[in-house]
Amino acid sequence: MDNNSPYLHPQYETLSREEISCLQAERLQATVRHCMNVPFYQQKFKEMGITPDDIKTVDDVRKLPFTTKQDLRDTYPFGMVAVPMRDCVRLHSSSGTTGNPTVILHTKKDLDEWANQVARNLWMVGLRPDDVFQNSSGYGMFTGGLGFQYGAEKLGMLTVPAAAGNSLRQIKFMKDFGTTAVHAVPSYVTRLYEVMQEQGVDPRRDTKLRVLAIGAEPHSEEQRQRIEKMMGVKAYNSFGMSEMCGPGVGFECQEQNGLHFWEDYYIVEIVDPETLEPVPDGEIGELVLTTLCREAMPLLRYRTRDLTRVLGRSCPCGRNHVRLDRMRGRSDDMMVLRGVNIFPIQIEKILMQFPELASNYLITLTTDDDNDNMTVEVELAEMFTDDYARLQQLNKDITRALKDEILLTPHVKLVPRGTLPVSEGKAVRVVDKRKVYS
Amino acid sequence: MTIHQLSVFIENKAGRLVKILNILKEGGIQIIASTVSDTVEYGLYRVICDKPSQAYRLLRDNSISVTMNDVFALQIDNTPGQAAQLFETFSKADINISYMYSFMLKGKGIIVFRTGDTDKAREVISLNKFHFISEENLSEVV
Repeated sequence: MDNNSPYLHPQYETLSREEISCLQAERLQATVRHCMNVPFYQQKFKEMGITPDDIKTVDDVRKLPFTTKQDLRDTYPFGMVAVPMRDCVRLHSSSGTTGNPTVILHTKKDLDEWANQVARNLWMVGLRPDDVFQNSSGYGMFTGGLGFQYGAEKLGMLTVPAAAGNSLRQIKFMKDFGTTAVHAVPSYVTRLYEVMQEQGVDPRRDTKLRVLAIGAEPHSEEQRQRIEKMMGVKAYNSFGMSEMCGPGVGFECQEQNGLHFWEDYYIVEIVDPETLEPVPDGEIGELVLTTLCREAMPLLRYRTRDLTRVLGRSCPCGRNHVRLDRMRGRSDDMMVLRGVNIFPIQIEKILMQFPELASNYLITLTTDDDNDNMTVEVELAEMFTDDYARLQQLNKDITRALKDEILLTPHVKLVPRGTLPVSEGKAVRVVDKRKVYS
Repeated sequence: MTIHQLSVFIENKAGRLVKILNILKEGGIQIIASTVSDTVEYGLYRVICDKPSQAYRLLRDNSISVTMNDVFALQIDNTPGQAAQLFETFSKADINISYMYSFMLKGKGIIVFRTGDTDKAREVISLNKFHFISEENLSEVV
């Protein structure tokens, strides 16, 4: 490692577009052949009348079948694994509250490659082995913990696996250990700053912080700039998803003009979510990713449901890996709040357990002081009491049941029957008023 | 010993109360006493009227969230300390008052309230010979 080099993996990071295409074609062919170890893909290929020999160039990726989250659920838990189970060393899983969880497995090599991606990202934003990296992200099944942990160690930094929460301790660690970089979800950085203010701690004066990595929940450019202003350092946007490995898939370089997606690891497509045809660069569509280096669970054309657009395929930083805009929403109804993925059906399921409630409800998402909040309005089926205490008790019971399900405390509001808007056909269940996508 | 009261669940928004009142007006319902209590988000509109069953059906037919229930209405003399004395009796019997409001009927003070234990409250009212108002008394007024 040359500390003065802006690149950790110059042989991959500085490839020309042509070289990227060649490498991708080669890796795609190997991936497709490897997928033939998975009955799910064997079946798909058969149905579509294709064989691995039909795949020769990168553009041939369009001949391949899509893979959806539902496919991962249907093959739960190990149906998509392409290697003997004894070669798998790690499993990550979603919470699975909407049905079967999605389970992702990794071989030793998969973990190593994942760490390489994260290390490359952290190097790209200026971190070196002398740095002290505090990971204030949830560990365990949430990939933001172990993902950054292994990557930061791979780079050679001193790592502080502080995990999320306990802000006072986080701040003490930052001061005592000379933390120079922190990774956290954006709302938690805001929270840390608030506690610093209460404690009379000035991050500029009292810490050695110089880099922030933020991700795992949607946030606006405005919010990033506010965070940078508060903490007095640059905050870089990180993209990850557990289906691909976790964090590492995409990251901003020091230009802060879009996220570089690593095309030596993934084939990146942006498609129209309706027609599934590719959209031209600059137009918003659904991000579709094909893994190129995955052993345990290769995924072909995985529909991420995230909406974004291509900003460019070159960059003053010298990397020609495609730059994507920050995620601009979802092509399904999944909501991402404070790093937690929530589907409206989860809310609905809980509300329907209360006989006092009618079936009409409305979820409103707002940003208050940089925090995402959820309000759930729901109609009373019948007026069942003349007593406030009972209405309030009902309100409390609903709030608690929802919290147990989605792990966040929503603001529950009971409304009289007939007050919520009823739309024809598909009811509008979610109104997203957050500043994120503006 | 009790009278009917309507409780309407209303949103804290402009025009909601007027809508209810207009429905009652068009049905020829005479309101005798009413009260709105509110929290930040919603209100309960409680109504004593001359034809409660009719009013209840009317509101329901107009898709209004309404419930009808029984409350006590006791008449007290118009001298200081009457209400204090009344509720002290309930308090001694360990009966909680969920809510109460009052109005004047034929120049007499009427206290409307609901208790946690209706049976026990009936007993206390009988034993102490409190002067309670019945549905008939109400319809005499209008």
